Amino acid sequence: MLGSYRAELLKLRKRGAVWVLFAAGLVLSLIFGYLLPYLGYATGEENQQTSGIPRSEVLRGLLPERVMDNTIGGYPVFAGALALVLGAIVVGGEYTWGTLKTILSQRPGRGTVLVGQLLGLLTMIALWVVGMFAACALCSIGIAAVENGSMNWPGPLDLLTGFAGGWLVLSVWCLAGAVLAVAFRNVALPIGLGVVWILGVEALFAGVVTSLLPDLEFLADAMPGANAGALVFAVTGMTATDAPPGVRDAVSGDRALWTLLAYAAVFVVLALVTTRRRDIA
Amino acid sequence: MTKTVEPLVRVTGLTKRYGDTLAVDGVDLMVRPGEVYGFLGPNGAGKTTTLRILTGLISPTSGTVRVLGGSPGQAQVLARTGSMIESPAFYPYLSGLDNLRLLAEYAGVARAKIDEVLELVDLADRAKDRFSTYSLGMKQRLGVAAALLKDPELVILDEPTNGLDPAGMRDMRRLIRELGSGGRTVLLSSHLLGEVQQICDRVGIISAGRMVAEHDVEELRNEQELVIRARPLESAHSVLRRVLGGDAVRLYDDTLRATVGPNRAAEVNRLLVEAGIAVSELRSTERALEDVFFELTTEEKAHAG
Repeated sequence: MLGSYRAELLKLRKRGAVWVLFAAGLVLSLIFGYLLPYLGYATGEENQQTSGIPRSEVLRGLLPERVMDNTIGGYPVFAGALALVLGAIVVGGEYTWGTLKTILSQRPGRGTVLVGQLLGLLTMIALWVVGMFAACALCSIGIAAVENGSMNWPGPLDLLTGFAGGWLVLSVWCLAGAVLAVAFRNVALPIGLGVVWILGVEALFAGVVTSLLPDLEFLADAMPGANAGALVFAVTGMTATDAPPGVRDAVSGDRALWTLLAYAAVFVVLALVTTRRRDIA
Repeated sequence: MTKTVEPLVRVTGLTKRYGDTLAVDGVDLMVRPGEVYGFLGPNGAGKTTTLRILTGLISPTSGTVRVLGGSPGQAQVLARTGSMIESPAFYPYLSGLDNLRLLAEYAGVARAKIDEVLELVDLADRAKDRFSTYSLGMKQRLGVAAALLKDPELVILDEPTNGLDPAGMRDMRRLIRELGSGGRTVLLSSHLLGEVQQICDRVGIISAGRMVAEHDVEELRNEQELVIRARPLESAHSVLRRVLGGDAVRLYDDTLRATVGPNRAAEVNRLLVEAGIAVSELRSTERALEDVFFELTTEEKAHAG
């Protein structure tokens, strides 16, 4: 198992696409978390960016005390989509390149290979979270220094909860990409289906349920995206007014946590069962 | 007392069906320790499917398969088997060296072994280049290096000379012969008759999913036949078929070939002359594996049809 995990880390570390995806997530976080709000703050009270929100509140959102909000606020949707792409390209690539048969003809069993692969992905997701936090923290420090803002940081427990929540949200989307890649033995189709689901279908479904079919709200509240948003909402303590797209209190934090853990378990089991039973062409 | 040598690979009644398609149909195959076994057949005959089953990549529909005393795909079997199935598949963004490094991690092999196999396949100079920049011959050699990482007792190579230029083919065949002479057992699939004739000790011939023959290569090569040039050729064909049997005489463009030894040349000559047929050439020759192959696969297709 350790050998499979180390091999996976080597593959991930040296694969350019992994770092391109990370960079895309980082840039999106910084643009929507810091650059645009700061421009809004800097260009005045009447700017559309800050309409209805006092400038002091906008600035407060950019200071170190809100660093975790800015780090993981985009995880349920945008960074989640990138994590899904990561899972799909890493697992699906083994099928499209035919490397799975090369690996399996060495010694490890199929379960060992897949578990090593998933552990490698979850490790990479943890690095993403830490990397994005570091970048957001630097931006917060810079803005606080320039604007003479406070340097208060969230408590260690809040930081830890934020890291764990963000990591779980990205991990679930990454595992979703991985299980789709196993199902379709491919890269493009899982990415297409997964991204359409994250960016469109869930929001559309939630909208239809809210306006036309309120009896089906329980279904909308069981979706992975709704629970990802609810978990981020719970661990950051955002308010409904300053929450980014996809982050809302659809369900309680505890329920969101257990639902996401259940999704993660289902995705792992599905991927394992499928990989162990199928013919590798 | 004769000691019975347990075969490294024993396949009995192996069948693989994909929906309505029967890819492998009741194949029996046996590979003995230390031999280079050629698995010969035209494209689509079922060679790769059989080899995938032997390496545990796919499951058989029916039949029994024993590899190194265990079942295909078992960890202890894979630890003693090196294989390259179909085209060599590696991570294009990694160097050859890194590809082998990670395979060594999967296999639990010491890194020192990597340098050894790179030297063996003559790839040490380009080991740090990306796999995507390799020529087809270099990719094939890296595939063989990966197969040898575990210092395996059994090496399974699926069409290892596919797509290589003549020099690459020559080098690959030399490497396989060295593996065979080094005490390893090699199971090699190929659709190239000359290749099998040059490299292998024994050959199994598969056609349309069915094993049609399994022989020592020398035994097949040493089989003698008579080449006859005569006029009218059709009459000569009829006369010899009547006397030697239909299966023993084959008609080619302008010659007949009779599967009989040189000791019957005088008899054949007398029969033809007495029938009023002019014999212009009568000579004994060794049968090529190619002839055997085409005979057997043509017969098999006729049976299947």
